[in-house]
Amino acid sequence: MNFNLTEEQQMLQDSLRRFLANEYGFEKRKEIIAAGQSLDKPTWNAFAEMGLLGYTLPEEYGGLGGNAMDTLLVMESFGRALVVEPYLSTVVLGGGIIQDAGSDEQKERILPKIATGEEFLALAHQEPGGRHNLDYVRTEIQKHGNDYILNGRKTAVLNAAGAHYLIVSGRRGGRPTEPVSLFLVNHDTSGVEIEEYTTHDGHRVADVILDSVMVSDDDRIGARGQAMPIIEKGVDRAIAALCAEAVGAMEALNETTMEYVKTRQQFGMPIGKFQVIQHRLADMFIAAEQSKSMAILAASMADSDDRKQRREAVSMAKTLVGQSARYVGQQAVQLHGGMGVTDEMFAAHLFKRLTLINLQFGDADYHLGQVSDGLLKSA
Amino acid sequence: MDLNYTPEQATFREEVRRFLKDNLPKDIRDRVKKRLRPDKAMTQRWQKILFDKGWGASSWPKEHGGPGWSPVEQLIFEEECALAGAPRQLDFGLRMVAPVIMAFGNEEQKQKYLPRILSGEDWWCQGYSEPGAGSDLASLKTKAVREGDHYIVNGQKTWTTLGQHANWIFCLVRTSNEGKPQEGISFLLIDMNTPGIDVRPIIMLDGEHEINEVYFDNVKVPVENLVGEENKGWTYAKFLLGHERTGLANVGQWKAMMKRLREIAEEQPDGDRVLIENTRFRDRLAQLEIELKALELTVLRVLTDENGPGPQASILKIRGTEIGQALFELMMEAVGPDALAHIPEALELDYPGSRVGSPDATPAAGDYFNMRKLSIFGGSNEIQRNIIAQRVLGL
Repeated sequence: MNFNLTEEQQMLQDSLRRFLANEYGFEKRKEIIAAGQSLDKPTWNAFAEMGLLGYTLPEEYGGLGGNAMDTLLVMESFGRALVVEPYLSTVVLGGGIIQDAGSDEQKERILPKIATGEEFLALAHQEPGGRHNLDYVRTEIQKHGNDYILNGRKTAVLNAAGAHYLIVSGRRGGRPTEPVSLFLVNHDTSGVEIEEYTTHDGHRVADVILDSVMVSDDDRIGARGQAMPIIEKGVDRAIAALCAEAVGAMEALNETTMEYVKTRQQFGMPIGKFQVIQHRLADMFIAAEQSKSMAILAASMADSDDRKQRREAVSMAKTLVGQSARYVGQQAVQLHGGMGVTDEMFAAHLFKRLTLINLQFGDADYHLGQVSDGLLKSA
Repeated sequence: MDLNYTPEQATFREEVRRFLKDNLPKDIRDRVKKRLRPDKAMTQRWQKILFDKGWGASSWPKEHGGPGWSPVEQLIFEEECALAGAPRQLDFGLRMVAPVIMAFGNEEQKQKYLPRILSGEDWWCQGYSEPGAGSDLASLKTKAVREGDHYIVNGQKTWTTLGQHANWIFCLVRTSNEGKPQEGISFLLIDMNTPGIDVRPIIMLDGEHEINEVYFDNVKVPVENLVGEENKGWTYAKFLLGHERTGLANVGQWKAMMKRLREIAEEQPDGDRVLIENTRFRDRLAQLEIELKALELTVLRVLTDENGPGPQASILKIRGTEIGQALFELMMEAVGPDALAHIPEALELDYPGSRVGSPDATPAAGDYFNMRKLSIFGGSNEIQRNIIAQRVLGL
């Protein structure tokens, strides 16, 4: 039992934070988002040079062999600077799934290029009407000789437009009773249409329309009909990463709010001298600290193959982080007064990111329900 | 970072569990498991059993007769004790005055007081609060005037928990009115059998006699009972409160209670189903499970911090007491209308009469009322928020 960083982790965190403080300021971030891709190539290359892009990939594929605890450090730092680059979709989700369940050929083809920053991945799983339910899949798989044809619509796919490969889920005939399979789909395959949009927090997502998309048996990830455990584990890793990002964003938001209340004068004194403000900030601090504890729990379990324990830990973390993020975000805006609802404040952007994190991969209510149902003996 | 217990820690847990299984008397366990308050004799009997094993004070270093456990081992010990149904040991001696004597007392005081705290021979109570000095503790007025080799103490302390059992009290007294109020306070150890001390009960809202007023009328206290230096008592008082706060997180006890609450939810009828099948109740249980998990990990983070628990300990006091109160509230709501009845005699283990509802219902509402104290004592939760704001956030 210890909560200390290793020397290597400490060095990486220091250099990443220094890089982001110097090279990824609020203005720079705005320019990156305005340029339309939410991907700054020099920044991405710098991440590759720091080893971040292969941090959790196996050494034989150009990675550093790290784990979800290492992802925690990276994402916490990203959360502080509100990094919009597609790390979650490419490295955590895509890289994780290929590493867990990809064939040797798929790993050799894709993983080294993730580590060098040349290629990008996206998980196209969620569908319209599915809301937070992970097993809602209606995309249709039809057998066609030795190949398969995919038809369906995916939604809220992170970074689909820039991805070289989409990881697509579906069921035979689109029937809910059939088990789920996963396929690796090249982005330029005929029948793949991507409708991209920007999110409120400057990220890029898309609806992906699959209109008679042909894939082969070699494109399948994992065994036929055995994809749900793969998807669950990938998504659990993504949730743990988002929890860490939220913790970084909450810490930054608390810090910037503290600075604000120390300088903002009303009634002849800094508003931070008022007890009503002090107690609010104390509660925001407590919320962030509790979230940090839970983000560590999620990271420590995210790589586990004990499904029940892993999913419980991740749901517990996402619930508490979602609730805390909402509280910290809303109160930070409140304490900034009128300034809090303007676009020029970094605080407002942290608030937006925190809000959207709660809406992804299951919100606090959804995950509370997961934990709650786990209390039933039949669970 | 590694959240797993080491093999040594797992072995240690087993050892504690085995000891408890073999040595915790059944009558004591039954009483605690039924959430009936242990009496003085029971608390002392259990302290003696632990003392004989060498485990009388889990938080003490070896040099003073403690087991010298690490913070994580202490936590494991407390958790296993709570799960086994052991009564809470008395904090006032073990966790409050003893650390002060160890840190600031002289050799004679260490020799005289520590062994008797460890064995359970002495029962200590706390003389901090006064009618006019609650959260504003430094405004305390109980006066100690030096006359030869004695102090003459006059004044009144209040909220003195279990003072009716105590033979010693540690007191904050005013020895000077010069400078800031904090600068004229001293830390005095007083024998409760000294003439001029009068202990009067205060009955709490659950009908229990747990707290007292203590009056001092020209009480003669030898000067050798002064801890540290005269007028430096505030420093020692703050040191003590820091120690108290870490313990107030109470994770072991809350985990044991959560376990019991889940069992109750699986047994308690709720119309034609059992309570756990009621989604609204179950969601609240789940929420509390999550918050307790976050508290447990935060306690571990604070306790394993190389710099030791600083003002962050206030987080533990706030969250620990809020979660404890929520647990007692849910416990009461779980038994529902069965919690209405107030039958004080039914709080005895050998109560021969009929009860309303299950035995869990008997103490449910009384406990809920009683536990409102948690967010008030040990520095109210509002004071803890002041501490976080001023000492952690620098506001």
